[in-house]
Amino acid sequence: MHDERFPGLRRRGFLAATGAATLGALALTACGADGTDPGASGDDGTPKRGGRLRAAFAGGGASETLDPHLANLFADVARAKALYDKLADYGADLSARPRLAAKWEPNKTLDRWQVTLREATFHDGSPVTAKDVLYSYRRIADPEKAFRAKASLEPIDLDASRATGERGIEFVLKRPTAEFPNVLAAFGAYIVPENAGRNAADFDRKPIGSGPFRFVSFSPGRSAVFRRYDAYWEGAPHLDEVEFVVANEESARVNALLGGQVEYAHELNPTTARAHEGKGQIEIVRLRGSAMQAFCMKTDRPPFDDKRVREAFFLIADRQELVDGALSGAGVVGNDLFGKGYEYYAADLPQREQDLDRARALLKQAGAEKLKVTLDTSAVAAGFTEAASIFKDQAAKAGVTVEVRMGSKDSYWSDILDSGTLACYRSGAMPIEAHISQRLLTDSTTNATKWQHKDFDALYQQAQSTRDKAQRAAVYERMQRRLYTEGGFLIWGFADWILGTAKTVKGVETKAPANTLDWARFDKVWLT
Amino acid sequence: MRTTIRRSASRGASAFVVRRLLLGVAQTVAVVLLVFALTEALPGDAAVALAGDQPDPARIAAIREAMHLDRPVHERLADWATGLLHGDFGTSLTSGRPVARYIADGFGPTLLLAALTVALLVPLGFGLGVLAARHEGGPVDRLVSSLTLAVYAVPEFALGVLLVTVFALKLGWLPPTAVGYGTDLLAHPAALVLPVLVLLSRPVCSLVRLVRAGMIDALASPYVAHARRYGVSGARVRYAHALPNALAPAAQQLARTIDWLLCGVIVVEALFVIPGLGTVLLNAVAERDVPVVQGLAVVFGVLTVVLNLGADVVARRLAPRAGVAA
Repeated sequence: MHDERFPGLRRRGFLAATGAATLGALALTACGADGTDPGASGDDGTPKRGGRLRAAFAGGGASETLDPHLANLFADVARAKALYDKLADYGADLSARPRLAAKWEPNKTLDRWQVTLREATFHDGSPVTAKDVLYSYRRIADPEKAFRAKASLEPIDLDASRATGERGIEFVLKRPTAEFPNVLAAFGAYIVPENAGRNAADFDRKPIGSGPFRFVSFSPGRSAVFRRYDAYWEGAPHLDEVEFVVANEESARVNALLGGQVEYAHELNPTTARAHEGKGQIEIVRLRGSAMQAFCMKTDRPPFDDKRVREAFFLIADRQELVDGALSGAGVVGNDLFGKGYEYYAADLPQREQDLDRARALLKQAGAEKLKVTLDTSAVAAGFTEAASIFKDQAAKAGVTVEVRMGSKDSYWSDILDSGTLACYRSGAMPIEAHISQRLLTDSTTNATKWQHKDFDALYQQAQSTRDKAQRAAVYERMQRRLYTEGGFLIWGFADWILGTAKTVKGVETKAPANTLDWARFDKVWLT
Repeated sequence: MRTTIRRSASRGASAFVVRRLLLGVAQTVAVVLLVFALTEALPGDAAVALAGDQPDPARIAAIREAMHLDRPVHERLADWATGLLHGDFGTSLTSGRPVARYIADGFGPTLLLAALTVALLVPLGFGLGVLAARHEGGPVDRLVSSLTLAVYAVPEFALGVLLVTVFALKLGWLPPTAVGYGTDLLAHPAALVLPVLVLLSRPVCSLVRLVRAGMIDALASPYVAHARRYGVSGARVRYAHALPNALAPAAQQLARTIDWLLCGVIVVEALFVIPGLGTVLLNAVAERDVPVVQGLAVVFGVLTVVLNLGADVVARRLAPRAGVAA
């Protein structure tokens, strides 16, 4: 065999100068040269201990930090998730699952919640206590700072909340909140030890969390190495170490994966996925329902202040064409409602189809024939510019002139919040309740459709003060029905989130939308 | 008689250097002001860029206040300029780390790539240029000329992708990227081969063509013909008489190339995941991290001025008759 004739044969050695030798070397790394077919081995299901997994993410460059409360990018969250825990996290259907909180119990009026922590320890051996939780939440809510989870924690009255024991916390809320566990699972609401992060550099030097991995090294924008934490409350990870590396260019991530420099590459293009799917070199993982894709109509100004125009626009969209064209087919069509497949999603409403005749009739009724609108878009997210030009063609068939305007990539989200009338929009996975509270209430901070209706707000309050889950689901259904008929979000699709892994990586969860517990989770992954 | 000429010549040379230095300082200041103005003119600031797809106005306002972006432009510029006079580049808006550390960290990989590229560029460029000039019009000249023209026409990104596909992914000879190696690139020399090849590709072509043209001109000049008539050997004519004249424009081209290499070659760094100055700059612009952008602008400005000054001095020494403008 090659390895006997060339004892020094390595994958990247110049010795591997012929195709055959390269193939041999590839086989060596893939299956340990024992002659068995790697695909046929039956023990893929049994986790194996050991090894270092290198995962490539698009990152934030030299300004990255390990402060979990500053987590903003996917790379930040993946690192924070390895080092830290939250009290709860989202399951695949975006419902809150207990994590550091073993259980939670509301009072009758849903404005006081008793949370009991499980027995868990930080990496320095000290127990996770109620004080640490309160310290972490107060740090996030600090009025002087602008941590991302601050808005999510807003329902909690932190001055009135208190520790009822070593592991018991009573959260006092400003108003009834049936979906309080979602707050505990909020993006960035990580638990740090009391007094951590008093100095800005603390988290870069020696971050201490209660997560499955403990800190080894970190250099911003390059690499972060974490080691298995044996005393992790959920059981130690299979991997010895996980290393996060940063490669902003998608082609670099793919090349590094193909070249064996990393075992996990986050955020791949649909075209890359198609090129490598089923070819046997790498595994392609599609996380369905990760990214909502929409056009956002401002419902408070012409022409979209007329609900007939909004309905006409709903009917103009050929959703399958948009998914095929703008997402290269990597996704499913939407039905103008957020959260397909998530808890409380109104799945019974009929799927909306393109109906140009009815769209034209509606526009005529509304006195909006020969309508001209400007559609804002930007290269800020995958598929945005393509979606805009496809929709422009579809609208032309209904007699609507859509003028596409390209916006700046870096300020797009704040530009479209208040200005313009029609814009490309996207959202990551979050509970339907969070989507409503952040974007669809009169006082929502990011209400891009300007959907401001007192009766809709009242329904939301009603849902939040309804203890019974079935009754609550009925209220959410009513709200979604309203959005379906006359809302401002034309939600045409849900994009897959695409990952690539080496053949040696097992245990990657495929049903977890991005932002949920099992996404980018490395303590359940192993290397064969 | 002889000494006075030399003294006045050297006084002229030093006046030239001083004049060039003053001009350089003015140029650097202008670059910095321009960069400051341009970053201010970009839509959105660091707070907006950081808020991303959660543009909660209250949050943006809080970030802005925390970063002192709510202070007037001239105050921020003045603060920064006074810090600079004390050698303090300020701190990053997004991470709070000193800008000097950003620059120091990014400089290593960029310098390494630039040094390796120049080390190969000079012998290769001059060698091929002289070779082509010697065989002017012959098959060697035509081969070199058409090859350099062809390679020059390929954009770096395309060439990089091509090289990675062939040498890293198909043949498996070299690693496709330097991901995870960080600044410690010397420990992984194989990872440097493809980036250096891509960096080398275009400058070597322009240098070869310049040297070739300069040599041909010089070899056809009356003073070379004169030297030949005196029976000076061919090699001596070529290297002692003709080459220095061909060198002057090449030295200036070389300075520009080094400048280009040091100022962070963004495409190559992105493609091969090398955390150099280009990557730092790109991220800082995307984040509207103004102090980092300004710090880099100062460094790039100073580098450009110093390198061009050096090249002009060299050119003046090599071909004083060419009358290099200050």
